[in-house]
Amino acid sequence: MQTVTQTIQSVPLNHYILFSAIIFAIGVIGVLIRRNAIVIFMSVELMLNAVNVLLAAFSVYHNDASGQVFVFFIMALAAAEVAVGLAIIVMIYRNTHSTDINVLNKLKW
Amino acid sequence: MINLVWLVPLFPLIGFLINGLVRNVLPKGLVGFIGSFSVLLSFCVSVGIFVELNNSDVKSFIIPLFDWIQVGSLSIPFSFQVDPLSSLMLLIVTGIGFLIHVYSIGYMHSDAGFAKFFSYLNLFVFFMLLLVLGSNYVVMFIGWEGVGLCSYLLIGFWFTNSSYASAAKKAFVMNRIGDLGFLIAVFLIYSTFGSVEFSNIFPQAANFTDAYLRLPGMKLGILTAITLLLFVGATGKSAQIPLFTWLPDAMAGPTPVSALIHAATMVTAGIYMIARSNVLFTLAPLTLDVVAIIGLATAILAATIALTQTDIKKVLAYSTVSQLGYMFLGLGVGAYTGAFFHLITHAFFKALLFLGAGSVIHAMSNEQDMRSMGGLKKKLPITFLTMLVGTIAIAGLPPFSGFFSKDEILAHVYEHNKVLWAIGVIGAMFTAFYMLRMLFLTFYGNFRGTIEQESHLHESPKSMTIPLIVLAILSIIGGFIGIPEVLGGKHWLAEFLTPVFSPSYAITTTPVMDHATEYTLMVVSIVGVLLAITIAYLRYIKRKHVPVSGESVERGFLAKLSYHKYYIDELYDALIGRPLNALSRFFYKIMDKSIIDGLVNGSGKAAVETSKGFRLLQTGNIGFYIFMMVFGVIALLVYGYYYGFIIFD
Repeated sequence: MQTVTQTIQSVPLNHYILFSAIIFAIGVIGVLIRRNAIVIFMSVELMLNAVNVLLAAFSVYHNDASGQVFVFFIMALAAAEVAVGLAIIVMIYRNTHSTDINVLNKLKW
Repeated sequence: MINLVWLVPLFPLIGFLINGLVRNVLPKGLVGFIGSFSVLLSFCVSVGIFVELNNSDVKSFIIPLFDWIQVGSLSIPFSFQVDPLSSLMLLIVTGIGFLIHVYSIGYMHSDAGFAKFFSYLNLFVFFMLLLVLGSNYVVMFIGWEGVGLCSYLLIGFWFTNSSYASAAKKAFVMNRIGDLGFLIAVFLIYSTFGSVEFSNIFPQAANFTDAYLRLPGMKLGILTAITLLLFVGATGKSAQIPLFTWLPDAMAGPTPVSALIHAATMVTAGIYMIARSNVLFTLAPLTLDVVAIIGLATAILAATIALTQTDIKKVLAYSTVSQLGYMFLGLGVGAYTGAFFHLITHAFFKALLFLGAGSVIHAMSNEQDMRSMGGLKKKLPITFLTMLVGTIAIAGLPPFSGFFSKDEILAHVYEHNKVLWAIGVIGAMFTAFYMLRMLFLTFYGNFRGTIEQESHLHESPKSMTIPLIVLAILSIIGGFIGIPEVLGGKHWLAEFLTPVFSPSYAITTTPVMDHATEYTLMVVSIVGVLLAITIAYLRYIKRKHVPVSGESVERGFLAKLSYHKYYIDELYDALIGRPLNALSRFFYKIMDKSIIDGLVNGSGKAAVETSKGFRLLQTGNIGFYIFMMVFGVIALLVYGYYYGFIIFD
């Protein structure tokens, strides 16, 4: 029975990096091109989790647990962010009956 | 007593502080008492110092108070010098100052700024005493500036009248020009002698006769440069050509101020300073000639202006300028004792004349024009008698004080240069004429003022007449301190001042005059004065001539020149005032308004305009913001990758 460490190390590091980069890029593109605030949130989560995967992978390869500690921090932060962000989105929806971010363009010169 | 010399300036300073700080609380009587009594105390100390100095064998004391400036090799102690010259000045400043303080109690009794006036007067006396006592040029300069400040404050005492306020400004600015000369002279003295202490400079001075100041294109003896600059300072303070025009305007101040500051004490500061630096001046013959010529020119110019003035105080003001000119003439020919002698007697009789004029003005309900006076002899007997004494004293008839001092100066001038002497005697005749003219117009003939003024005529209160009487007595006997040998006197003053002036007399030898010449000179000047008095008598008493009023009257060319003061004010205005104004307007309109304001406003405007462009970036479109953010991050990464500030392993 392989340990979790060995299992993770059975995949080369480059694959993790590439995988994370792809997920991150998908997240970025999602944020850039989608107009629905909820989808943008989901894309942000993708980006955060891409980083989490990468941190976990490096942590294993370097035999250093601090990378995984960071992952927990990021998860807590993401949860808090979602709580506040969804509350805001709910308020926006109540006021504008839409979650389209292009409706919110009043704050300008 | 000499060690207590610091008390002399301290009393007026305390008086100034009390009167200045709690003036709104104190009753008038107490204010007047504090003001006068503080100066009286100083006078008592001064008398003590004088007596002790007179009996002592050592004639020069330096009393250090504290180290004031100690920087590197520069050492300026705050110390006082007591010697015959300064002790005599102490007596004059505090003695006449006290009399004028007493007089002011009566003269200013109904003025709203009574306490302010006394505090200023006390402050003036304090600074004047610093000027006199300072043992170096820097302490002297503090006093020099301080008296200028007080002069400004007191000329503009009734500052609600804008012409009085501008007279004060004029005096201040004119004095500043002179002060600049003084200050540069002090710098030169320090760089030449390495000290500003009188006691260090004067013994060294003889070694510096060959030193030259290299100016572009010329070589000027260092002592000549120093003394010329000191003289520039003196022309400002003592109202000589070309800076004399402030003094007649300074008559805008209350009359006691004119008597104390602009006749007896402050304006003589220039003479005192030159007498103090006599060694330097004696070693610079060129400067002495300049001093003599400027002094004589001023004496004549001011005397001729005084001939036609109709304002009683203006006549006295020009007379002061003229007498100061005589003192400078005396200094210029090396008659330091004579000049200082004239300073003393002039302080007596000119203070007397001004206070008398103040008494007349007081009686006439603030009328100063002699054309509205006349016949005041009966109504103001004490004022008349004392002013008569003053007039004779200044005209120079023996045995009144002015005769001895003026004659001593003229005798020295005769030895020096006979042409200057002749002009000086003519000036003395002018003096006699305009003074008698003033006396006749004011006190003789019929009253020419309004009925209201006539009903109000009264002799002044005791506080004003007693100083007049004391000064009149001093004007009569003041000359006896310097009776020349030829008249059987000992010339006590010359003997007393010898320690101060002996270094100068050691450098130049004065030819001894034989007695016959001296008698002749005296007779000539007395005859001249009597002649002038006779002309004045014939013109103003016999023919009852009264100067016509009005500006449009046709006058002879010379009379017109004199009446309009040779148009000197207009000349200065055209030569200096207006070009300066034009230049200022140019700088204001072109430099300041267009260029500097343009730069400042332009940079502001540029910022606003560019901001207007940049703010369009704030579209309110969240997608755009995010795009810009991502773009920025990518740009940073790319930049970092190629230029290596982010490490990629």
